[in-house]
Amino acid sequence: MNEAVQELIQREYAYGFHSDFETEVAPKGLNEDIIRFISARKDEPEWLLEWRLSAYRHFITLEEPTWPRLKIEPIDYQDMHYWAAPKPKGPAPESLDDIDPDVREMFDKLGISLREQERLSGVAVDAIVDSVSVATTFQSQLAEAGVIFCSFSEAVRNHPDLVRAHLGSVVGPRDNFYAALNAAVFSDGSFCYIPAGVRCPMELSTYFRINAADTGQFERTLIVAEESSSVSYLEGCTAPMRDENQLHAAVVELVAMADARIKYSTVQNWYPGDEEGRGGIYNFVTKRGRCQGARSKISWTQVETGSAITWKYPSVILQGDDSVGEFYSVAVTNNLQQADTGTKMTHIGKNTTSTILSKGISTGRSQNTYRGLVKMLRSAEGARNHTQCDSLLIGPKCGAHTFPYIEVKNDSAQVEHEASTSRIGEDQLFYCRQRGIDEEEATSMIVNGFCRDVFDQLPMEFAVEAQALMRVSLEGAVG
Amino acid sequence: MLHIENLRASIDGHQILKGLDLDIGAGEVHAVMGPNGAGKSTLSAVLAGRDGYEVSGTVTFQGEDLLGLTPEERAVAGIFLAFQYPTEIPGVGNMYFLRTSVNAIREARGEETIDARTFLDAVKVKMAELDMDPALLSRAVNAGFSGGEKKRNEILQMAMLEPQLAILDETDSGLDIDALRAVADGIERLRDPQRSMLVITHYPRLLEHVRPDAVHVLRDGRIVRSGGPELAHELEQDGYGPAETVGAGTP
Repeated sequence: MNEAVQELIQREYAYGFHSDFETEVAPKGLNEDIIRFISARKDEPEWLLEWRLSAYRHFITLEEPTWPRLKIEPIDYQDMHYWAAPKPKGPAPESLDDIDPDVREMFDKLGISLREQERLSGVAVDAIVDSVSVATTFQSQLAEAGVIFCSFSEAVRNHPDLVRAHLGSVVGPRDNFYAALNAAVFSDGSFCYIPAGVRCPMELSTYFRINAADTGQFERTLIVAEESSSVSYLEGCTAPMRDENQLHAAVVELVAMADARIKYSTVQNWYPGDEEGRGGIYNFVTKRGRCQGARSKISWTQVETGSAITWKYPSVILQGDDSVGEFYSVAVTNNLQQADTGTKMTHIGKNTTSTILSKGISTGRSQNTYRGLVKMLRSAEGARNHTQCDSLLIGPKCGAHTFPYIEVKNDSAQVEHEASTSRIGEDQLFYCRQRGIDEEEATSMIVNGFCRDVFDQLPMEFAVEAQALMRVSLEGAVG
Repeated sequence: MLHIENLRASIDGHQILKGLDLDIGAGEVHAVMGPNGAGKSTLSAVLAGRDGYEVSGTVTFQGEDLLGLTPEERAVAGIFLAFQYPTEIPGVGNMYFLRTSVNAIREARGEETIDARTFLDAVKVKMAELDMDPALLSRAVNAGFSGGEKKRNEILQMAMLEPQLAILDETDSGLDIDALRAVADGIERLRDPQRSMLVITHYPRLLEHVRPDAVHVLRDGRIVRSGGPELAHELEQDGYGPAETVGAGTP
């Protein structure tokens, strides 16, 4: 095996530090009292507590899904904290200037500035540590445009009708094991509401940071785009290096009304565990959008480099006629990482179209699975799908797997599927090296080239970050 | 410039080069011709440092031992191989690749790197000379290129890298007459008293456009005959001799 590949396998995780501020945690364990504790801690209305309890009562009847191609050590759901938050040092911060300096420093170390004037471009950030949102920038500027961008807790307090109308409308509290768990114990997350006709004046983003030990993170994000509105939303995530696995079970719901557009981009860089597979985040996430109105469009773009285990299928329900769903994905696994990821496109409306482009890169002893479902219902007259899944293998001990499922109930629907698996070519490497480009640089160049079509879908700022992240992965980031 | 003595190379226990000797002086163009399976491509691969071969013997380049160097170190030393089958690299822009290559070599030599604007201007001039479609710059490296476009692209890289020793591995194969002429002209333009060339070919027709100073016949892993340009004509008339079975004629 060549050196560049060795280094890729032995890469270091750059965000593995732990910040030492005081944290308030709920006692370990999962039961109705804990749920009441979380709800009380957030001053929630009675209906939401009931919603949580009902989800919990359903959850305890469920079992973990066994269909993914994943080996998961048994998870003891009683042996973790379901609530952790940086302890306030005084009264709640009035403005961004009052944020706990230790928390601010942590975000500075992550390269996320919470000072509005320091943002390079217009990107609003909701910063979430463990179970709570600690800051949301640019809220007042967004409010001028009528855009609501705040933490989920704040939305429950200030916009209860909107939350109640849409919460669970795309991913119901009984949807699946992890979604039910999330519904019972979800702590914070982001809420975005774009009124009719408004093009959101800046990119919205949420940065998720797990800091506390033995704690799960269960955030919930809800984005509602009213008629003819549009928004681009970015999501980034990191966590400290720890020998124990930590659970992250999030739910994201998107709703797009007629002619609305939602572009949702993720760079997921949770701690992946060490080279022996110790530690790392279990990333079990349910993400789904509903193209409710005609001609609406939802695009998911994800770059998944982190997590010990990823179980994630950002999906689109194409309900409105002529609506469009897209899924662009790069998933990188190395060491003993496992990813089982893909999408579900459910075509209901007439002339709905969906595009799936998935790029899997496996190295080390990792396993990388694409799993996708394209479903054309009887009503989906003239619906079309195009799917392309490409896998790149680096080194001899990794695996790539593709499970495409197709269900078509309408004869006029068209479904295309292409798939390829290749190894990073000795020919390509030699060609580059003959041109004076060393192995490390050549490997990085070839992998980035393989991902190009997906990176092109990312907003500029994220595309640069994604390429840098791939480069860091490939260079081994020594020191 | 290049001195090869008793070069032996085998792959997977199969010996291909069996004691090859060759000397190329500065500014000289040498042709190595031979039938299929004589070891022509192995010779170019071994000189460029491809992994997977067991190699013994001596190869010095400008007085330095070549066999101990990695492929990229050989590139920095000034060795360029025009590939018989240029590799496709999907998603990597041709222009980006070319500039990364030139600047990687310049950097390794302690020279200043070239900025994108200056580089682009230089590339455009060379492309026009090679009668290349400028659109090929924004495409991915060799991806979906025709056979002729790939070979021109190799010569373009050579023109930008300005090597001391250019090894052209069957650069004429698969080219129609226009492409052959454009490629041959490109090679001729790079003829320089400081630059040596090793032209490896099955067919003599390239040598009608690129006049060699010397011609060698490679057979069964050794140079079995050497002579002037007239040797190429002789081979065209008589083929490589009785040991050759098929494919010795002109296409």
